[in-house]
Order: sequence, then C-alpha cells, then structure tokens
Amino acid sequence: MLNKKNKAVLFNPLSKDNPVLVQILGICSSLAVTAKLEPAIVMGISVTAVTAFSNVIISFMRNTIPNSIRIIVQLVVVAALVIIVDQVLKAYNYEVSKQLSVFVGLIITNCILMGRLEAFALANKPWPSFLDGIGNGLGYGIILVIVATIRELLGSGTLLGYQVVPQWFYDAGYENNGLMILPPMALITVACIIWVHRAHNKDLQETN
Amino acid sequence: MNRQGNLYTIVYTAVIVCVVGAALAWVSLTLKPKQNDNIRIDKMQQMLSSIRVASDETNAIELYGRYVVDEYVINIEGERLEGKAFDVNVANEVKKAPSERKLPVFVCNIDNSTKYILPVYGTGLWGPIWGYVSVDDDGCTVYGAYFSHQGETPGLGAEIATEGFAGQFKGKQLFKDGGFKSVAVLKKGQKPANGEDYVDAISGGTITSKGVQSMLSSCLSCYSAFLSELQNNKK
Repeated sequence: MLNKKNKAVLFNPLSKDNPVLVQILGICSSLAVTAKLEPAIVMGISVTAVTAFSNVIISFMRNTIPNSIRIIVQLVVVAALVIIVDQVLKAYNYEVSKQLSVFVGLIITNCILMGRLEAFALANKPWPSFLDGIGNGLGYGIILVIVATIRELLGSGTLLGYQVVPQWFYDAGYENNGLMILPPMALITVACIIWVHRAHNKDLQETN
Repeated sequence: MNRQGNLYTIVYTAVIVCVVGAALAWVSLTLKPKQNDNIRIDKMQQMLSSIRVASDETNAIELYGRYVVDEYVINIEGERLEGKAFDVNVANEVKKAPSERKLPVFVCNIDNSTKYILPVYGTGLWGPIWGYVSVDDDGCTVYGAYFSHQGETPGLGAEIATEGFAGQFKGKQLFKDGGFKSVAVLKKGQKPANGEDYVDAISGGTITSKGVQSMLSSCLSCYSAFLSELQNNKK
C-alpha cells in the first residue's frame, strides 16, 4: 500500500514539492483565511478532504473523460463535492459551517485542486491519486497554519482566540500590529517562508 | 469506441450533469429538514444571547420556551398585525418601505421583568449583518445586543460578533430629550454630533462598524412608535 513511490507521492508535497511554496498554487486563499488560526485549520482540513476525494473520483473516471471537456468534468466533480461538504456541514455541524461561511464555496476556486487533477489524477490510479490529494492538501494546510499563527500572534496577540501575549507586555508599551491582519502581510509572510524554504533547500534554487 | 468524438462528448456531458444533478438534489432534500432545524435553533440562540442568556444547540429550544413568553408582529404605528413573529424574514422586510414592514417583537420574561427583543438587519463591508437588540420595559434602555455577519473580515469587521463589542450596548439609551436617537458607533475619541449614546467601533473594521450604526438607526427607528408607547405606559 505504501511502497517507496507512494510514500514520495504522499510526503513530497509537504516540503520539496509544496503546492504553496514551490508550485505557488492556492496563494489567493492562503491570503484570505489566515488572519486567524482556527479558520485556517478548518480550511486546511476541508481542502485536504476535497482534494483527496476529487482526485480519487477523477482517477476512476480518467479513461472515460473526453479530452476536450476534461476541465469542465473536473470542475463539475469538484463543485459537486464542495456543495455536498457544505450541505453536510450545515446539517450536522452548523457551528463550523457558520464560521467557514463563504470559505467553503471558495474551495472550488482553489488552484491546487485543478492543478492536482490535471497533473496527477488524470494519469494515475485511484490509490496514488488519493495519497497525492492528501499530501498536497496537508502541504497547503501546513503553510496556512504557519502563516495564520504568525499573523494571529502578531496581529491580535491571541492564538485560536486565546490571549497569548501577556497583559504586562502591553503595559510595557507593546501594541498589536494591525497591519498583520491585513492581506498584504499575508503575502509578505508567505514570501518570507518561501525565502527561508529555498535558502534551506539548495536544489530548489534556479541557476541561470 | 471513439472517446474524442462529438457524440461521445455530448452524451458524456449529459450523463454527468444528470448524475451530479440528481445526487445534489437528493443530498439537499434529505438534509433540508435537519438544516432548517439548525437554522431555527441558531435563531433562538441568537435571540437568547441578546437577552444575555447563554445557550447551546441542545438546550436552546427549552431556554427559548422558558424566557420568550410572547411574540407578535406590529407595523410602524405600533399596531398589531396578523402573523407569527418568528417566521418573519427580517432580511425581506428591510427591503420594503418602512410603512409596509412587518416588525417582529419578542416579549421575554427574565426574573419577573419584561424585555423586548427587536431584530435588526443591515449591510456590512462584504455582505449582510444582522442582530437582535433587547430593550427594557421602559422602552429606552438597551438590555443587551447580539450581532452576527455572513462574511466580514476575520479579526476586523467580524469582531462585531464578539461579546466585547456587543456588550458595550448594555445600558445605552435609545431616546434622548424625548426623541429617538439610536446608538452611534464611533472611532475611539470621537463624539456623536447629536448627543446620542455611543459605543466604540472596531479598529480596522470601520465600514462594518458604520454598517452596524446605520442598521441600528434604520431598523430601530421603525419601532420608535412602539417604544414611545412603552415609555408612556411606564410613566
């Protein structure tokens, strides 16, 4: 089940082939949902689930899909899955569905999904496709969590809504950085993570 | 079989659409009753938080039954209308002219004092915002407030849904010098122009805060006849 090749499929997207850091996919939503840690975590889990299952479904269908409408078929599968996730959440976990509100719908537009369907699921069997979906979803989720941790900590002084920065620190003149909550700082934070990641992985650096 | 031909493609699309459409319709129909229950319970919880009663999804119906003793619909003159207040869709009512609106009123009894819950509905930065304001039986003092939103920015506009923001409304006066004034939402350090009561806005959430302010004044002003009557009865 987990031979060497499948392991690479599962674990490569966590770092060496990370969808956000290396493939630069899914940037838009990593800016939108990372002002707070909690939505970032739920978004990471939701994207992982949707990527994994849409990968499996497309992989099962891969030999029947006409080439000329393959993108449309992928979109239909993804959109249907996302709507089902949204409906199930509304029925069985209303609290979470309220928190995520529009973000669930936004999963449809996440470039990672289409990217993985095009690049992997259309050419591979269901089981590796499933692992690829899980791996890429988690790779995306990890970055979301890192960015959200930095932004919530510096922007609001809290983590998961709990006060982390102590009161005496504020009394000593410290202030939350309001800019961290705004979208530009998400972009800069992601860029800094990419910088560190590339500096650490020499083989990712372009030579020209 | 030619998998790239036009006929295959068209048939394939039709089948996919039918299968997915049927699946979605089935999911939606099966889950609808459960979702509607959740929406009702959520609405009860929102109203309960406006009278500062904490509830969760398991005890909301029971608590609602205990505290909310009466509900009715009025018009802008304060006259009773037909209909159940709970079923009035405030989002649709605010689109009508004030004189044609159905205005729901929920009467609560907390420790033998009467409170009135009035729903409000307006627009934030990204989408709708709404809430419930509870008023003492003097028709003027705010007892509690609850606000929620569909998709305001987390950490900024979305903070209107926190206790920290809504709690500020407690004890504010809706009427000043005999006239309806609503409650202003202002940046720290600013003073309202007309001498009305005010609360602090959310920093970084200016547009949402302004939305709350205009939502309160436009929705609650429709109740001013009703509230004035309460004040007269009290005197």
